[in-house]
Amino acid sequence: MYASIKSFASSFFVTGDPLIYGADVSIALTSIAILFVLFYFKKWGWLWREWLTTVDHKKIGIMYLIASLLMLFRGGVDALLMRTQLALPNVHFLQADHYNEVFTTHGTIMILFMAMPMMFGLFNMVVPLQIGARDVAYPFLNSVSFWLFLFGAMLFNISFVIGGSPDAGWLSYPPLSELSGSSGVGENFYIWGIQISGIGSLATGINFIVTILKMRAPGMKFMKMPMFTWSVFSSSIIIIFAFPILTVTLALLFIDRYLGGHLFTMDGGGFPMMYINLIWMWGHPEVYIVVLPAFGIFSEIVATFSRKRIFGYKSMVFALMSISILSFFTWVHHFFTMGSGADVNVAFAIATMAIGIPTGAKVFNWLFTMFRGRIRLEQPMMWTLAFIPCFVVGGATGVMLAVAPADYQYHNSYFLIAHFHQVLIGGVVFGYLAGIYYWWPKLFGFKLNERLGKYAFWLWNIGFYVCFMPQYALGFMGMTRRVYTYGWDMGWGPLNLVSTIGAFLMGIGFVFQVWQILYSVKYGERDTTGDPWNARTLEWSIPSPPPMYNFAVVPVVDERDPFWEEKERRDFAPAEPVPVSKLESIHMPKNSGVPFVFAACWFVVGFGFVFGWNWMAFTGLAGVGISLLVRSFTYDTDYYVPLEEVIETEKAAGRAV
Amino acid sequence: MQHAIDNGHPQHAAGSHDHGHHDQESMKVLGFWIFLVTDCLLFGTLFATYVVLKGHTAGGPTGKELFEIPGFVAETFILLTSSFTSGLAVLAMNKGKVNQLIGWLIVTAVLGASFVGLEINEFLNMVHEGAKISTSAFLTAFFTLVGTHGLHVSVGLIWMIGLMIQLKMRGITPVTRRKITVISLYWHFLDVVWIFLFTIVYLMGVM
Ligand code: HEM
Ligand SMILES: [Cu+2]
Repeated sequence: MYASIKSFASSFFVTGDPLIYGADVSIALTSIAILFVLFYFKKWGWLWREWLTTVDHKKIGIMYLIASLLMLFRGGVDALLMRTQLALPNVHFLQADHYNEVFTTHGTIMILFMAMPMMFGLFNMVVPLQIGARDVAYPFLNSVSFWLFLFGAMLFNISFVIGGSPDAGWLSYPPLSELSGSSGVGENFYIWGIQISGIGSLATGINFIVTILKMRAPGMKFMKMPMFTWSVFSSSIIIIFAFPILTVTLALLFIDRYLGGHLFTMDGGGFPMMYINLIWMWGHPEVYIVVLPAFGIFSEIVATFSRKRIFGYKSMVFALMSISILSFFTWVHHFFTMGSGADVNVAFAIATMAIGIPTGAKVFNWLFTMFRGRIRLEQPMMWTLAFIPCFVVGGATGVMLAVAPADYQYHNSYFLIAHFHQVLIGGVVFGYLAGIYYWWPKLFGFKLNERLGKYAFWLWNIGFYVCFMPQYALGFMGMTRRVYTYGWDMGWGPLNLVSTIGAFLMGIGFVFQVWQILYSVKYGERDTTGDPWNARTLEWSIPSPPPMYNFAVVPVVDERDPFWEEKERRDFAPAEPVPVSKLESIHMPKNSGVPFVFAACWFVVGFGFVFGWNWMAFTGLAGVGISLLVRSFTYDTDYYVPLEEVIETEKAAGRAV
Repeated sequence: MQHAIDNGHPQHAAGSHDHGHHDQESMKVLGFWIFLVTDCLLFGTLFATYVVLKGHTAGGPTGKELFEIPGFVAETFILLTSSFTSGLAVLAMNKGKVNQLIGWLIVTAVLGASFVGLEINEFLNMVHEGAKISTSAFLTAFFTLVGTHGLHVSVGLIWMIGLMIQLKMRGITPVTRRKITVISLYWHFLDVVWIFLFTIVYLMGVM
């Protein structure tokens, strides 16, 4: 009995590595601390009522933001582990198989559990406010999406201490990810973690498409929509076309692993290249899903901080839309070397380069917007400015990679690693950070400290170039990706050391940002006006933080940048308060615990399938079905915020008389 | 930007839950249409996989040897009929006749259940003949594609039963009306997918 428990535990829990014991201890301590605080301060009810069951898009946005910052930390620690291992030749800090796990979890977490939720956080925090809506189209579904993401991410993350992490790369190519190549549970964690959160992402895509189509304030025609909303719209369109492909691909891989199928195996007629085509048909559009909203953020920020209308609005919209279409026709550039033939390669090389045209147009539009503008260098603008050169270099090396014959040289080399980090960090991370700095005061009612922000900014930026520029050279020197160590004779030592130093500078930059947030909670400059940047779009016309119903009186829009135009009309004098007689009670959705329970049941399903415990998986599935039925039978889903409450809130904010 | 009360409902008593619902119901139908687009892509991907792997039989049985014409023709016939009866259900709903509506839903559900039954039977027969999911890439793709459709039908059945109970409890209201509209859309969609399955998998398989 004891022996069997012991042998179960040693295969269930990951053992044998001091790093993992460290993680065990810190996870246990953190959990105990959280539970203690909740019990001691009797915060359970508050947590449940205010957060776990909320359907308020602003709160959901905040939860996305917190979770994604935690994931940035986890992914960042992975990055630093790898860079430490590679700092010098012949280091034995990580073993080879551990290195495989770390690059796999790093890539997966950064893209799916950091970039995506940070993006969804910004969607939630901004879009309804920007289009003058009181909510998203489906608030309940929105909460479902969030909890699916969170439970999916948790499932993925616990693989570190339970069962073992996936190790076949962030896209899990077969046959490495088949049972024959990876018989542990790691790949199952990969499949289920992503599958669960991916379904949430798909739902978010649908939700925001309908929100933007149907919930815009009266008068806001398509061509009057703010640029960020446009970028969310195009990103959501890509989501609904790309994510079903991911869902199917992962399901197929799981069928191979679980039911003994032969879709992608090396035997039984399986065809691994089919997987690689499918995963990149999702994977390439995925990078545009995460980068387009960053473009939208830059457009808002450039216009606000140059005090000018965005230059070339129509061409910007056109660029977004054409990128979202083109993104589906380039996937083969990820495997030029895998024998598709010259004609196919040429077609995809040209399609890839074609994306450079609308992207270039956007960069020029930002530059023209700044030209002769009265630029203010506040934090959001600094990140925007830092993005431009970074993205230009990243774009140029992208075009180099798109030249199919040349790619035979760079393929799978460190040149590629440098390129995609340049666009992902320079575009996506800088973009979302800019967005967070920009909209932070709206959501929380205070600005983030400038001085700490500047330190973080310079650490990130200098660190970035120190880290990734040497990697272009390393690529040319023959260093391939996913090597866990190398000898002195290769001559890669010095550049790798420099690169590692850069990575740590970025890590310190992140620490400064966490400090900046904590510091600013207490000492940050409060925003009493609701419009700290003198901005242009509707979200700035309401108090910070916004009341639960956003707009007491739904605005009517008659031009682009409606808030700015209105401020100009009244010569920047403060807005008149609204007479109480114009207020009314407001129709809002009720909170619900179903999304949380529903997603928790999916976690049970996932965990069960990971370990092949069918009883558990099917119990979870029953829970999923019951939650759905409970929801279907619930008719009492919304309520009215009483008029008195609206009046009181608005008066307190000085908005009503 | 001007402030104005624009929603066409100047004042209304709090608690009159009718307000705004009309918009919300039609918005939910729109969302469902978009969901169907994603479901089309899901099936599209499965079809693509099937078509690519169709010839990868690894020495195992082919479609020509396995598919039995009477079986899949009967399935087709039953499913098409159920789509028709679900249409009759919607017509009854538009006339405001609850019992007739529920009656047609029951007919639809019975037909749907027989379809699933036949499909399970077909699968079992194939497995008995040694054509299992693990036999070849072709069979994995086949079972996955057809099985996913069957799973969709089964989920639709449970859903439909839930809706019948709700109709019994509440009658035809804007909300139940929207729910019935949505499930009938879903049901027709499954029918369309089946027509593709019928052509690409079965007809082209036996030819
Ligand atoms: C913040 C600083 C970062 C550092 C220092 C860093 C470092 C690294 C390193 C050392 C590798 C492994 C290279 C190899 O051996 O193959 C890697 C891979 C990767 N990184 Fe990062 N990274 C960072 C941020 C990011 C971000 C923000 C993203 C995405 C949004 C990202 C996405 C990826 C992906 C997808 C891979 C490929 C994983 C694989 O090979 O399967 N990284 N990174
Ligand atoms: Cu690509």
